[in-house]
Amino acid sequence: MTWEEMRPLLEQGTIDTLYMVLWSTVVTVIGGLPLGVLLVLTDKGGLLQNRPVNKVIGAIVNIGRSLPFIILLVALIPVTTLVVGTFIGPTAMIVPLSIGAIPFFARLVETAIREVDHGLVEAVQSMGGGIPTIVGKVLLPQALPSLIAALTTTVITLISYSALAGAVGGEGLGSKVITYGYQRFETGFMLITVVLLIVIVTVVQLLGDLAVRLLARRGRTA
Amino acid sequence: MITTKGLTKVYESRGRQVTALDGVDLHVREGEVFGVIGQSGAGKSSLIRCVNLLERPTSGTVTVDGTDLTALAGRGRRAGKDLRRARSRIGMVFQHFNLLSSRTVKDNIELPLEILGVAGAERSRRALELLDLVGLADKAKSYPGQLSGGQKQRVGIARALAGNPKVLLSDEATSALDPETTRSILQLLRDLNRQLGLTVLLITHEMDVVKQICDSAALMKRGRVVESGTVAELLATPGSELARELFPVTGDASADDRTVIDVTFHGEAATQPVISQLSRTYNIDISILGAAMDTVGGRQIGRMRIELPGRYEENVVPVGFLREQGLQVEVIGEEPQRPAQGLVKEIAK
Repeated sequence: MTWEEMRPLLEQGTIDTLYMVLWSTVVTVIGGLPLGVLLVLTDKGGLLQNRPVNKVIGAIVNIGRSLPFIILLVALIPVTTLVVGTFIGPTAMIVPLSIGAIPFFARLVETAIREVDHGLVEAVQSMGGGIPTIVGKVLLPQALPSLIAALTTTVITLISYSALAGAVGGEGLGSKVITYGYQRFETGFMLITVVLLIVIVTVVQLLGDLAVRLLARRGRTA
Repeated sequence: MITTKGLTKVYESRGRQVTALDGVDLHVREGEVFGVIGQSGAGKSSLIRCVNLLERPTSGTVTVDGTDLTALAGRGRRAGKDLRRARSRIGMVFQHFNLLSSRTVKDNIELPLEILGVAGAERSRRALELLDLVGLADKAKSYPGQLSGGQKQRVGIARALAGNPKVLLSDEATSALDPETTRSILQLLRDLNRQLGLTVLLITHEMDVVKQICDSAALMKRGRVVESGTVAELLATPGSELARELFPVTGDASADDRTVIDVTFHGEAATQPVISQLSRTYNIDISILGAAMDTVGGRQIGRMRIELPGRYEENVVPVGFLREQGLQVEVIGEEPQRPAQGLVKEIAK
């Protein structure tokens, strides 16, 4: 393959990958953040202690986490078809990608929220703050650096999931590698794609780290 | 201002029951600084958390400023609207400050006002006013991580005062601070108590805190209040452990044929220079072995250990003189009369 042949493939693949990752990240945050918060609140000793709810959410999250993503992709085909109308293409892939990443992100959110000092919760309670205040003004802002780190990890996981999605009809760099690099033995193309993926992941990680550092620096030095 | 009746808190952990509070009756008068002292595990922390119902008492009632908080709390685990409103009128400061590291000092102070629904401009005005009050007017834009421990606690105090509370609860507010900073924070609490007429309930394990600012004190042991009262009342109570700790005196007899006595000064009687009167009246030389005295409102309160020449038998008259002056006298080394009284009580039963 010449560079002229590769370029449009790489461009389209990158655009599709970024599209899938971006939208599934949005859905993952919308779904995973409340789940993670609920896991903490409903836990024993939590502000909304509710064992049944906690057990059910925990079980759903664990099931989601324990399925290999490739199996989830195939198993979710009916759901994807129902939601998007098709199970092929980048838009359709947002469904399995989000469903695969939500439990993952929810657990990370749970861990981040748990690290918030309980004394702060107590302080806000002593001011007469209710649960929405505690979540909105204490738990989330205080856990923000950890939440950003969790988000970075999740986005990188989604990038790797999105490559896998190429195997079942999703577009993106993954599907290009399978079609050209693997099935047509274009080793050069494969290498370039791999390098491209590494670059994307590195950029995401650097941006995430930068954000965490900026947030964490608050309050340390002037 | 704050009254607890029969306050009991039982924790259950792994099937075992631990009684943290065992029927605590406490009364804090309006405008006073009341200190609860006790060792760790005595139940102080549970007590102060029960006062604003951060912890639900197992039984008993808490009344703050005429409102029965235990009645407001209801049965649910979650704090209802009424209880939350009542809490916003009770300020609280914490040992570890509990400031939000994600907010500036000023935004931390604004937090309770946000909860109360105060508008932005008014919040900002009030926060700056409070910062000025605690002496940190130049730190508004700093983050808590940039402040020293004492400054953090000042912010904590400003935050606790944001909602104009009548009552301030202090949970070991100075225990994480060095002695000098402790003094300045206590001084600030004292000033606020006087300026704003703020009623302060504080818990501490440091006797110095009680000594420096408390009008009244209570001693807690194993979930019970074993002694309580104003400092003068405590001094007037024979055998009061708190009085002994607040005004410690030590010193041994310099020779065998000496009488060592502890004299307690309190209340009306302590306005006369009794020691020098004693010396002149009976023409005896008195050595002061130790003393812990304070002058409050022109009256001396405290305790003094003095030594008189001669054995007790020779000093019955001078000791009687001191008692006549209304002072409490305890002869060290002589068997006090109490065991005998105890025996009589036993027989009477």
